[in-house]
Amino acid sequence: MQAFLDIFDIYLLEAVINGILLGGVLALLALGLNLIFGVIDVTWICYAELVMIGMYGMYFLVQVYGLPYWVAAPFTILLVAALGAALHLIVIAPLLTAPPINQLLATGGVLFVLQSFATVAFGVNFRNLGIRLPVLALGEMNFSYARLLSFGAALFGMVAVYLFMTRTFTGTAIRAISQDRQIMSLMGVDTRRIYLITSALGGALAGLAACLLVLQYDVHPFVGLTFGPITFLICVLGGLGNFIGGFIAAFIFAEIISLGGLFSDLEWGYVLAFAFFIVMMFIRPAGLLARRR
Amino acid sequence: MRPRHAVWILATAAAIALPFVHRDPYHLHILVLILIWSFAYTSWSIMGRFGLVSLGHGGFMGVGAYVTALLWNHLAVSPWIGIPLAMAAAALLAVVVGYPCFRFRITGHYFVLVTLALSGIVLQVITATRDYTGGSLGYTPNRTKGSQLLALQFDDKVTWYLIALFIWLLGLLIWRGIDHSMSRYAMEAISEDEDAAAAAGVNVTAEKLKITVISALMTALAGALYCQYQMFISPDTVSGIAVSLQMVFAAIVGGIYVSFGPTVGAVITILLAETLRIGFGTNAVGWDNLVYGVLLVLFIIFLPKGILGSLTEGLKPQRRPSLPS
Repeated sequence: MQAFLDIFDIYLLEAVINGILLGGVLALLALGLNLIFGVIDVTWICYAELVMIGMYGMYFLVQVYGLPYWVAAPFTILLVAALGAALHLIVIAPLLTAPPINQLLATGGVLFVLQSFATVAFGVNFRNLGIRLPVLALGEMNFSYARLLSFGAALFGMVAVYLFMTRTFTGTAIRAISQDRQIMSLMGVDTRRIYLITSALGGALAGLAACLLVLQYDVHPFVGLTFGPITFLICVLGGLGNFIGGFIAAFIFAEIISLGGLFSDLEWGYVLAFAFFIVMMFIRPAGLLARRR
Repeated sequence: MRPRHAVWILATAAAIALPFVHRDPYHLHILVLILIWSFAYTSWSIMGRFGLVSLGHGGFMGVGAYVTALLWNHLAVSPWIGIPLAMAAAALLAVVVGYPCFRFRITGHYFVLVTLALSGIVLQVITATRDYTGGSLGYTPNRTKGSQLLALQFDDKVTWYLIALFIWLLGLLIWRGIDHSMSRYAMEAISEDEDAAAAAGVNVTAEKLKITVISALMTALAGALYCQYQMFISPDTVSGIAVSLQMVFAAIVGGIYVSFGPTVGAVITILLAETLRIGFGTNAVGWDNLVYGVLLVLFIIFLPKGILGSLTEGLKPQRRPSLPS
């Protein structure tokens, strides 16, 4: 019995740590979405599909054109950033004055477009980078380097965004706009330029997430559906537009998925996470960190 | 009012007579699909027209289809009892998710994302309980050995056409009933301004819940019928976010503010998918959704009222206001 408990504990600890590592990437995804929502007041339903396109970008640069991973990553980030800016210019900008639901549904249309574009252009086969990173054995626990690297890079990305938002003029303008949309244009800030920069920044974060996720998962046109919904739930649970709330929620969700997956199938981890989300909506409808009315 | 009723009766009679004149099974199959999906899209629009945009309808449809099929296969419960039970289950789900949303004033983006979680849960539960539901491989209701009527399984396309036609007409009647009720005014007031509506004495939570439950019941019925007709369901075809978005898309293209809008949306989307499928053959994978997506974006930017909605709006000023309609 004692031996059984020992093994159990090791597995439990391993699951907890893997949950934290997963949480890093989820937090990065949530940060991008929260940024867009907080500043432009739009939900990009197609956010995970931007990540999917970025993963394909990595696949083609590394596997087909033979670039090293470190060279391909900046290109991919730039590509998805450009895609984010284009999405804003083509779809969101004409709808800025329309009801918010229309903006949300329009990005839902973009989701279809990106998914089927990938199906038509790249086929439905699963593809991967062909890079197999070694596994770190710590005591009796195993952690893949891919996850550790993702966690580190995700933290680095978040710190970079934090510094950008607090230390630069543009970052300050972005934060100011998210506080009061109307007054900033009166203060001489070009809102259109700030929106465009924010969209590109959100895209760049999706691109960074793509570079990290492609190390762990195969890419196929519907890969966005596997982590897209969970990203939205994290943002809502943390309070849409609330960066710190989203950060905390990402780790809570990652732990639920990881621990739920330990005791049963991975799907049940997701079911638990979804159920937890709905229960939390009863208790804290405006997000984790919202003050109670 | 007289000529309008006459037109309705004539059109219905023509629709009923159609399969006895034109018996081509492929055309009938497309018509049945259009009618069933029209009913599903109509049930989405009953909520959607009041600004209650739900991405959870894939969940309701999945519950309708799977509960009916599971009861039949595992407990040998006839769909005649199974379908009402499945509808009740979907309604219960709608109350469990809807009540806190409406009670705590979860609207707009938040409501969309909460309902999105709902269709996510249903999809994952179906996949996770693969021992019973077949998981992502799909599920087939057992073929009946006894009475076809009791099992609600018909080989005859004409029978299915008539059933689908009846259900579709029922959907339009429910739409009309809501359109002529006090609930419509209450819901319109709520979609304009919740606080003002509440101050004017509208029970916001109860009104929203009522419309949501009606919509969920209808969607579950559509799912169950789809299952009985196709005799094969998989999590991806009746539940999940893709199905929810498909409903939203078709309803918006047709127009969610007019009763025939969702039907027009179903006709357009299904004919489009079929044409692309025949035109491109096996290369069509993805093309139909690519066209869908581009159309959806264009429609929301340029024609937010949908095709039929914009058409009727364009025709209205030409009509003389004194004419009795």
